[in-house]
Amino acid sequence: MTTAPVAEAPAVPMTAKRRGAQLIMLAFAIVVVMGAYASVGLGIDGQIPSGTFTYGLGLAVLMFAAYGVLAKWAPWADPLLLPLVTLLNGIGLVFIYRIEQTGQAGASATNQLMWTALGVVMFSATLIVLKDHRTLQRLTYTMGALGLLLLIMPLLPVIGEDVNGANIWIKIGPLTYQPAEMAKMALVIFFAGYLVAKRDVLALAGRRLFFIDLPRVRDLGPVLITWGLSLGVLVLQKDLGSSLLVFGTFIAMLYIATQRTSWVLIGVLLFVGGAVLAGQLFGHVQDRFEVWLDPGNPEFYSRELGGSEQLMQGLFAMGSGGILGTGLGQGFPREIPLSFSDFIIAVVGEELGLTGLMAILMVYALIVERGLRTALAARDPFTKLLAGGLSFLLAWQVFIIVGGVTRLIPLTGLVTPFLSAGGSALLTNWILIALLVRMSDAARRPPPQAIQNEGLTQVFTR
Amino acid sequence: MNATIKRAAVACMVMFALLMINVNYLGAVKAGEYSTDNRNKRSFYARYGVDRGWITADNGKTTLAKTVDTGDKTFRYEREYPAGRMYAHVLGFFAPESARGIELNENKLLNGSDPDLVVGRLIDFVSKKPPKGASVDLTLVPAAQKVAYDRLRASGKRGAVVALNPKTGAVQVMVSLPTYDPNDLAAPDKAKVAAAYNKLADDDTDPLLNRAIEKTYPPGSTFKVVTAAAFLEADRSRDPETTVPAPQVLDLPDTTAGLPNYGGAACGSGEVTLRFALERSCNTPFGQIGMDLGWDTMRSESAKFGIGEPIQFDLPTAGTTIGPEIETAALAQLAIGQRDNQQTPLQMAQVASAIANSGVLMRPTLINKITDPDGSVIEELRPDQIDEAMSGEVADELKQMMVSVITNGTGTGAQIPGVTVAGKTGTAEAGDAPAPHAWFIGFAPAEDPQTAICVFIEAGSAGNDATGGGTAAPLARDVMQAVLEAK
Repeated sequence: MTTAPVAEAPAVPMTAKRRGAQLIMLAFAIVVVMGAYASVGLGIDGQIPSGTFTYGLGLAVLMFAAYGVLAKWAPWADPLLLPLVTLLNGIGLVFIYRIEQTGQAGASATNQLMWTALGVVMFSATLIVLKDHRTLQRLTYTMGALGLLLLIMPLLPVIGEDVNGANIWIKIGPLTYQPAEMAKMALVIFFAGYLVAKRDVLALAGRRLFFIDLPRVRDLGPVLITWGLSLGVLVLQKDLGSSLLVFGTFIAMLYIATQRTSWVLIGVLLFVGGAVLAGQLFGHVQDRFEVWLDPGNPEFYSRELGGSEQLMQGLFAMGSGGILGTGLGQGFPREIPLSFSDFIIAVVGEELGLTGLMAILMVYALIVERGLRTALAARDPFTKLLAGGLSFLLAWQVFIIVGGVTRLIPLTGLVTPFLSAGGSALLTNWILIALLVRMSDAARRPPPQAIQNEGLTQVFTR
Repeated sequence: MNATIKRAAVACMVMFALLMINVNYLGAVKAGEYSTDNRNKRSFYARYGVDRGWITADNGKTTLAKTVDTGDKTFRYEREYPAGRMYAHVLGFFAPESARGIELNENKLLNGSDPDLVVGRLIDFVSKKPPKGASVDLTLVPAAQKVAYDRLRASGKRGAVVALNPKTGAVQVMVSLPTYDPNDLAAPDKAKVAAAYNKLADDDTDPLLNRAIEKTYPPGSTFKVVTAAAFLEADRSRDPETTVPAPQVLDLPDTTAGLPNYGGAACGSGEVTLRFALERSCNTPFGQIGMDLGWDTMRSESAKFGIGEPIQFDLPTAGTTIGPEIETAALAQLAIGQRDNQQTPLQMAQVASAIANSGVLMRPTLINKITDPDGSVIEELRPDQIDEAMSGEVADELKQMMVSVITNGTGTGAQIPGVTVAGKTGTAEAGDAPAPHAWFIGFAPAEDPQTAICVFIEAGSAGNDATGGGTAAPLARDVMQAVLEAK
């Protein structure tokens, strides 16, 4: 009896940490941002603005600190995420600075830099505190309750604040906050935890209609509740964007969890039905749709509320930018109402042209791709669902707002992640990225090597 | 779950693809439409981002339109017209959404977008300097323009004065009254300019109208020189001493009405020389000549002066005509510049100019030279002959007769001491208006003409007393004298 030859242990692919590459990309992102800063100043008055160095240095210190935290607490994390987000956040800062130069009220680069600092603190805190993201699975229902509470907060008396006809703000003392931003993330965590627990039941086939397996009627509960919730947001807060964002993400996650196309169809039908109904009952939904179909109509253009002026001014800006743009600091962002928030992408389009827009969209697409890759590489369903959900959330949000501003779909207000001015969104998105980083670290960390053929030679692979 | 995650990834990819396709559609296909929409203020701002070329006269010595760097971020360069109203109709204006006059006609050179200026434009773009336009120098003679403007304004009447260099076609004077201040229309403020413009447009006296070129009027007796030219050209055995019938009232065929002389006066003894008929501006001999020559001859002879022909000028001009072919009686009336005979003051100045220039008609022009921002000349006045209106001999005979008009005829008011002036007066009935239009055309010095002029005073603009000899001739004298002194 001869002993069997020692089997070579199957080579587990070693993921490289690529910390060096990440550092170089991070430095590159900061150089791009500083160059853009200088260019704004040269475009406006032919001088490199004095802020270039301080803003650039501020951003650099923040990002290298974030890098330090990442390297220590999530060494196996995806190397692309932090540089990509740094680039977006930096470009956002540059454009807010640029818009601030035209004197548009509400645009403040200093505030945005402060919020960026806070965002990086939250990013670091999340990475340091949350050693294992699967702890979040235990908080499923807490997150659900938190998300719900955050969503309805603007409707509460005293702290609720009505801005531009939408009840999406809360005000505590001098601070205003848009809780829907945080709510959306809490809800995604809740959806992930809930769907992992219930996906087997939800995937059960009921009646078959044509070629689609319909789910059982009694399993419709969660979908209907989420639907009701998002319709509530739509009707009570007049926030079409957040409503669409939350419901769409839920449907996508439901599909990922159950593999049932029927859920997508049911979801789409429910939302369209709800939106049409809301459109009949409330003017603002219908206005958006009308304006989308014919924004150039002088009647819509001159309409005070729910008119097309902002949309048209955004389109004018992007049209004037053309292929290469006017150059930083040489456009007319103050022509566009709220150019620093929802319509920042139109300013990018004017000054950097469609070339710049393509680059920005590519950066978003890359972040989403890295997130989805993490979902694919993850080893447990909760991580897969959470990473997939968060990535889809980001892609979906970019689609809704950029599509709205460029008139691909009807315009619904949402911030452009990392670009638009606004602390609430920036904080949330930095935490979102921290979660993706944490999950990618877990997914890419090589598993502890199993000992081969107990009793024989122990083979280690390094 | 990986299969569904992959499908979700495809969905994300599709979303980004749709966004990118749409962005390209926007930036490449729809860009033109959006950037030219009039609700897009960028083109409005761009108008004021150009260091627009100046408009000058007298080889750059007099500034007519200048660009001022205000240092403002949105409206950096503003347009100013130092001479204001005096040159309004020639220069036009550079308004937020429109332009007129030379400002419109030479816009591409003034704003630097002309292909001739592309190199400089490229250098400006690379060096991030604001684009600069070419400057335009006009042929106008500022001293004479001022005299014409002041004298016409002092008379309180509406009208126009045009003076040309008969040898080159260069416009020396072009004044039209009433006028407006182009500075009011040049401010970078759409609402303010629109209000100012509407006020001018609604004004009954029509101050925006350039009466020298944009409207036609019956030329009255000044047209008799055209009829006389046709008469002499038709048969070279005729000369100023040829006798023509001159009844007190000319019988017109197919109508009971006759054609009387001005004020019903007699003209000599019933048969006079052509020279005498022109000196006294008798209607009946010229009415007869017109009927004898016939439609075709009248039309072709006047066409040689440019009448009824398209004219290539630096500003838009109204079309002129001797009137449609109706009946022989009408022929008598158009031969003395009445009825449907419609001329612009510029056209009548052209008539005088052709006679002064030995029968050669030159193309009128306002542009002396155009200089690019570096100072090199892109375009320069090149005298351009349009047609030979008559033989040199006929031109000489007409010149002699027109000198007699000034020495012993209706035009004595135009005499300049020490200078031989040639001219012809005109007083034209203007439809139903109670008062006539008053005209004067002429040139000086007769031996070597330096300037040919047309003065036009609109009917009923102030009082009923305007006549060619009494009102128009002295004004023409002062302007001609100013041109001659400026030389």
